[in-house]
Amino acid sequence: MSLIVLNDIAKHYVMGQETVRALDGISLTISANEYVAFTGSSGSGKSTMMNILGALDKPSSGSYLLNNRDISLMNQDELADIRNHEVGFIFQSFNLLPRLSALGNVMQPLIYRGMPLKAREQAASAVLKRVGLADRMHHLPNQLSGGQRQRVAIARALVTNPSILLADEPTGNLDSTTTTDIMKLFDELHSEGNTIVMVTHEPEIARHCHRVVRMQDGKLAEDYFN
Amino acid sequence: MFTFIECLRSALISIRAHGFRSILTTLGIIIGVASVIATVSIVQGLSYSIGQQFEGLGANSLSVYSYTSFEDQMKGRFGRITADDLQLITDRTEGIESITPMLASRFTSVVRFGAKSTTGRVIGTTNSYQQVNQLFIQKGRFLSESDNQTRRRVCVIGTQVRDNLLLPENPIGEFIEINSEWVKVIGLAEPKGEMLGFKQDDIVLLPYSTMQSLNGNQTQVDIQIQLTVKNLDEMETVTEKIRKLLRQSHRIKNGNDDFKIQSSEQLKESFSKITASVTLVMGGIVSISLLVGGIGIMNIMLVSVTERTREIGICKAIGAKRHFILLQFLMESLTLCLLGGLIGLLIGYALGMGLAAMIPNFPPAHVPWWAIAISVGFSALIGIVFGIVPAAKAANLDPIESLRYE
Repeated sequence: MSLIVLNDIAKHYVMGQETVRALDGISLTISANEYVAFTGSSGSGKSTMMNILGALDKPSSGSYLLNNRDISLMNQDELADIRNHEVGFIFQSFNLLPRLSALGNVMQPLIYRGMPLKAREQAASAVLKRVGLADRMHHLPNQLSGGQRQRVAIARALVTNPSILLADEPTGNLDSTTTTDIMKLFDELHSEGNTIVMVTHEPEIARHCHRVVRMQDGKLAEDYFN
Repeated sequence: MFTFIECLRSALISIRAHGFRSILTTLGIIIGVASVIATVSIVQGLSYSIGQQFEGLGANSLSVYSYTSFEDQMKGRFGRITADDLQLITDRTEGIESITPMLASRFTSVVRFGAKSTTGRVIGTTNSYQQVNQLFIQKGRFLSESDNQTRRRVCVIGTQVRDNLLLPENPIGEFIEINSEWVKVIGLAEPKGEMLGFKQDDIVLLPYSTMQSLNGNQTQVDIQIQLTVKNLDEMETVTEKIRKLLRQSHRIKNGNDDFKIQSSEQLKESFSKITASVTLVMGGIVSISLLVGGIGIMNIMLVSVTERTREIGICKAIGAKRHFILLQFLMESLTLCLLGGLIGLLIGYALGMGLAAMIPNFPPAHVPWWAIAISVGFSALIGIVFGIVPAAKAANLDPIESLRYE
């Protein structure tokens, strides 16, 4: 079954006199439990791709079906709901809320779906245990190492049981040892049945994934399986 | 409701995270509310105690006294209430419970006992003074009819006079000197405290006729008449009757009365009018500072939104809807203002109490519930009004832009 169906997606930005075509007629299908890497040089449109896949942005034209629902027709609040229920974001710079503990950060998305405090705590601590941070739950982000922070971010993405995990250069700010650890975690999560879509410019990381989509000038250049 | 509680929770977290800044932010509100409460509590304490004092006077009492307009004073015509007027009112007015004349001294009211001397209000009056003024005797007895008829040289004194003259605890039987005449103390009045800041226990009461003779031989006396009515409902009719009688006997036709008739109720009303307007003016001035405080809050909230742009972006990326962000920031400014309001309330209360205690003879401060309600309500209102702009700014941030914000 196709989880994501992109049909002739285009994204145009108007910058002064010029129209920038960040995405230019992309059609793509991703099935459940795929492990996909988007690669490409900077300016190739992979970040824009990421924003559209994550329902942060809407395409200028074309349709985007996620779980058979057309994202391109939704309003801001419906998009927020999609981000909350269907998408788990993992960012290069972790993007944790600095004033909340690891537990608080992981609980945060559950607030937006109206889950009561007790249930939130339970769900969040279970996921934190899963990513190996059982003993770091009450630490603030700045008391954690880079790898630990990224684990918290992954836990936050996982806690909502999303349809896809979207990782934007998840290892970009990490050293090589931690990178290996985090990639191992992604491999495990994939084998547990999660659909993972990753944006990376590192060939090493791309090789980890089962399918690689290379982009160039807002178009698909290559789409192959490892 | 759920959203409400969660927004309150995150608002509290962020207020606590910037403890010092939060206090500074809300300082305007704190100062504003504190000054409102302090001012109002002092003024209200004053009016409250005035009200209490009037209660003691009795609502059914009237006083009649002479009044000379400035114009007439220039012409040398002075209105007088005389003993004849007293007689007239006593004889021809129905519904009077008790009536008493009060004759003030024409000499300096210095009272001596041994080497000590003090000033007091020396008044000549009759037996019914006791009923009209609700004066009670602590020791000895009050002036009697026969004291008046035989011009006995006796007096009733207030506790203040006794203390000032260093008279014995029980001063009955002692002689004090008034206007170089010796007068025997026959009674000690119970302390009445103060009224409108005037001490009431410095009285020396003499029989009316004794006072006349002490005043010297004079034809034109001016007395004040105090009376109580039997029935409170007859207040109006009694007042009108007296007015008519006095106009007749004073031959006044054009309504320029040379006397005034005042009930304690009227006095009380005019005083509460004064305090009400003072409260209003003070409140108005001070509420400007609340407004300034509100602008301060808006300023800091706007800075705070800019500062937290990235956080807002993160929250939006993980699924926060617009109304949640809006409510979160609104709750933050509301909580800040309410917090400031409450702190201000406490400070103002303490300030009012402290000031009232520091000024000698000042009645204790009194904080009416409406002042609390208004100041808390007003700070909440300011929190909402001045929180809306920053909150809307936060809610309308674009998630992608704000995630990129450094």
